[in-house]
Amino acid sequence: MNTIPTPAPQDAATPIVIVGHVDHGKSTLIGRLLYDTDSLPEGRVAQIIESSKKRGLTVEWSFLLDSLQIERDQGVTVDSTRIPFKLGNRQFVIVDAPGHRQFLRNMITGAADAEAAVLVVDANEGAQEQTRRHAMLLRLIGIRHVIVFMNKVDIFNYDQKKIEAAERDITKLLLQLEIEPTVFVPASAREGDNMASRSDKMPWYKGPTLTEALAAVPAPSSRADLPLRLPVQDVYRFDTKRIVVGRIERGRIRVGDEVVIGVHGAKARIASIESWHTAPQVAAVAGQSVAVTLEPDVIPDRGDFLFPADHAPLRAARIRTRLFWLRQEPLRVGESFRLRLATAEHQVTVAAIDSVVRLEDLTEHPAEEVPPEGFAEITLAVSETMLFDPFVPGTADGRGVLVDRNQQIVGGAPLIGVAESVAGRNAIHPTGSAVSLWDRAQAKGHRGGVFWMTGLPGAGKSTLAREAENRLFARGIDVSVLDGDTLRAGLCADLGFSEADRRENVRRAAAVARILAESGQVVIVALISPTVADREMARQVVGEGFHEIFIDTPQATCEQRDPKGLYAAARAGKIEGFTGVDAPYEAPQKPDLRVETTDVSRDETAARLAAYITDAIRLDASARRQTS
Amino acid sequence: MDDLDQLEAQSIFILREAYRKLKPLAMLWSLGKDSNVMLWLARKAFLGRVPFPVMHVDTGKKFPEMYKFRDEYTKKWNLELLLGDCPPVEEIDPTLPPAARSAARKTAGLAAMIDKYKLAGVIAGIRRDEQATRAKERVFSPRGSGHKWDVRNQPPEFWDQYATPHEAGVHVRVHPLLSWREIDIWRYIEREGIPLVDLYFSKEGKRYRSLGDQDITSPIESNASTVAEVIAELETSRTSERAGRAMDHESEDAFERLRVAGYL
Repeated sequence: MNTIPTPAPQDAATPIVIVGHVDHGKSTLIGRLLYDTDSLPEGRVAQIIESSKKRGLTVEWSFLLDSLQIERDQGVTVDSTRIPFKLGNRQFVIVDAPGHRQFLRNMITGAADAEAAVLVVDANEGAQEQTRRHAMLLRLIGIRHVIVFMNKVDIFNYDQKKIEAAERDITKLLLQLEIEPTVFVPASAREGDNMASRSDKMPWYKGPTLTEALAAVPAPSSRADLPLRLPVQDVYRFDTKRIVVGRIERGRIRVGDEVVIGVHGAKARIASIESWHTAPQVAAVAGQSVAVTLEPDVIPDRGDFLFPADHAPLRAARIRTRLFWLRQEPLRVGESFRLRLATAEHQVTVAAIDSVVRLEDLTEHPAEEVPPEGFAEITLAVSETMLFDPFVPGTADGRGVLVDRNQQIVGGAPLIGVAESVAGRNAIHPTGSAVSLWDRAQAKGHRGGVFWMTGLPGAGKSTLAREAENRLFARGIDVSVLDGDTLRAGLCADLGFSEADRRENVRRAAAVARILAESGQVVIVALISPTVADREMARQVVGEGFHEIFIDTPQATCEQRDPKGLYAAARAGKIEGFTGVDAPYEAPQKPDLRVETTDVSRDETAARLAAYITDAIRLDASARRQTS
Repeated sequence: MDDLDQLEAQSIFILREAYRKLKPLAMLWSLGKDSNVMLWLARKAFLGRVPFPVMHVDTGKKFPEMYKFRDEYTKKWNLELLLGDCPPVEEIDPTLPPAARSAARKTAGLAAMIDKYKLAGVIAGIRRDEQATRAKERVFSPRGSGHKWDVRNQPPEFWDQYATPHEAGVHVRVHPLLSWREIDIWRYIEREGIPLVDLYFSKEGKRYRSLGDQDITSPIESNASTVAEVIAELETSRTSERAGRAMDHESEDAFERLRVAGYL
């Protein structure tokens, strides 16, 4: 701590978050810091001394913060606020999240971009529940620079042995979280010991004061020296130019650089960097929002990364992530969300809860669910292969958020890596194939896909599926049919007709369909799949390329056809839980295709189905990949 | 990258997010310094264009210089301008203090325009450092039915991931200047050479630091007659920017009430 770097006067302010257990002295610290750095409006200090006197106290620094708070908040609301102060030429912003109501989401909102944290610990009480919770958050947010402010050491009469013992306890706790505290400052915020000036009561302490420790916080590190990551934010067409825009998250670009685009791996050169009202640009670095043109004129999608061929991100369809869960309800396996990562959005399902953090001692344990506002490590199954970089502190990408159907953020997810199998628990670990979906599609001349036919027993699903299969095969399309009876004869022979078994039947069919579709096949599934929930699960298991087709035949017609004599048997009470008789069928409200079979010839319906499928699997369908 | 470059890059990112996620989208143009900076940033983001309309909610009580400025730059910058007027003050909640009641006309005018154009997104140039209640804002701030701001139950927002609900009757206020401070605005105006209404510059010892309706805005004592002089003045000033805006100061909660109801 001998040298204090002096940043250029116009550097951006360094955000600092102050955390710690209630009553360990956060407010006092902030008040005293503002006073010591002369960051207060005129007349405020006199006011504090006055109101402290009135209450028979010497000087209560926390009143200072309260008075600022009341002024800023008009006494009515609670949220994170930002308090600026200066050390020399350097600007800092204290992010403070007062209050307890919805503390977590407000603290995260304020602190997620902090460069450093001051963890305030009462020397006498040591780490408490919120100390642990906040330390956990610091780890998950990826704050590398943690200053432990050991407060109220006057209680120990500044005794070296006692203070160092308390320090060891905290160090042990933080190391458990893989947080290496940058520095320990034994101090008293109230008395001003080791705040802005060195305490004469602890001559044995040779480390920095709080302000020295803050001044030594490295300026936000440049991510410019890492391999390029430019997530595509949007693609514009202005005049005759197609312009790809986004913010460089890592690395740099230079006109002429070759880049790889997204999971499909097309290659292009940066042909130009476009800008308005600046000098002509030939290069740009991490942090800049840029606009580029590509040569050849490839059209990326939002969410595609541009990256260098020799430093590709990881690719996988199952990823492990840390999680801080922001909802007031528990999280369970099987729940689905969108994972937003930089500008990309992926459909994900919680495939496993690998461990949950017990806040009492910060140890990790297996669990069935993540408790409300809990911390965990989970495995996400992604609906398609995705590209990502594991999160490392000091970078901004590699950390995603989970959003629900209302586009509301429900959790933060710093990604760890590709999900590995854990002996006995995660026996399955799909490996990303080196042959890409795009390669397969190009070789076959069509994309893969799953066409999920649902309908009442006897609606004509299997018959239609076979007819369509014939027609498609004749056109050279690699197609196969999975129908309920075939599945039950083999893969699902162990399943009965209980609700759980039916659901498992659907899940297996979807999983097999997915594997086939990923190998480039067109799969027609003919399965009653009577509930909306069943089909939603199938959609999630399959992911991209799932089409729901409703074979809409009135029940009377089905019952009249009764090709397998099952309606008759059910009516006679010989079969229980028969869909359409004594088990419900929930018709899809918005299927991708509705096929009516009454008053239309079988040929016509099959032709219509085949035409729909052919259209959906065309190479250019919704892909917008290649040059125009 | 210096601090202005960072602020600029972040604002461009926010504007491009809004343009991608919220359709139809419009930008509020109050003709003041902040909204001119915001418009300038939009032209940076979209390479000299503004690919959505700008809206002026006209109280009919702005300074003549402001109307002149509006008409001149609408042409010069090739803007699609949407104009909306405001209901007479008699139609506004009479329990509000007088200046706030007058300011609330703009809220009503804005609400009418949002409904008329069925806007999913409205870009506004508010900043955290302007006013206590604005300090609590999110970058993307969803407004539910009746355009109400639910200040106690705002969505979490971090890592540049913004709330973009797609529900009928919900629109999102987008705030690309939220992290800018008053002095940053002026330094950026200086760096980029952004044109301003000259009411901001001293004449006979007075200038306007913030511009609103003529009858509820007052000038400050100042000799700053150039951008550089304004910056020098701000570096030593310890009074607040909106000190001259009457509706902020009438009662403790007047401004928060205005904002909850949809004021900017």
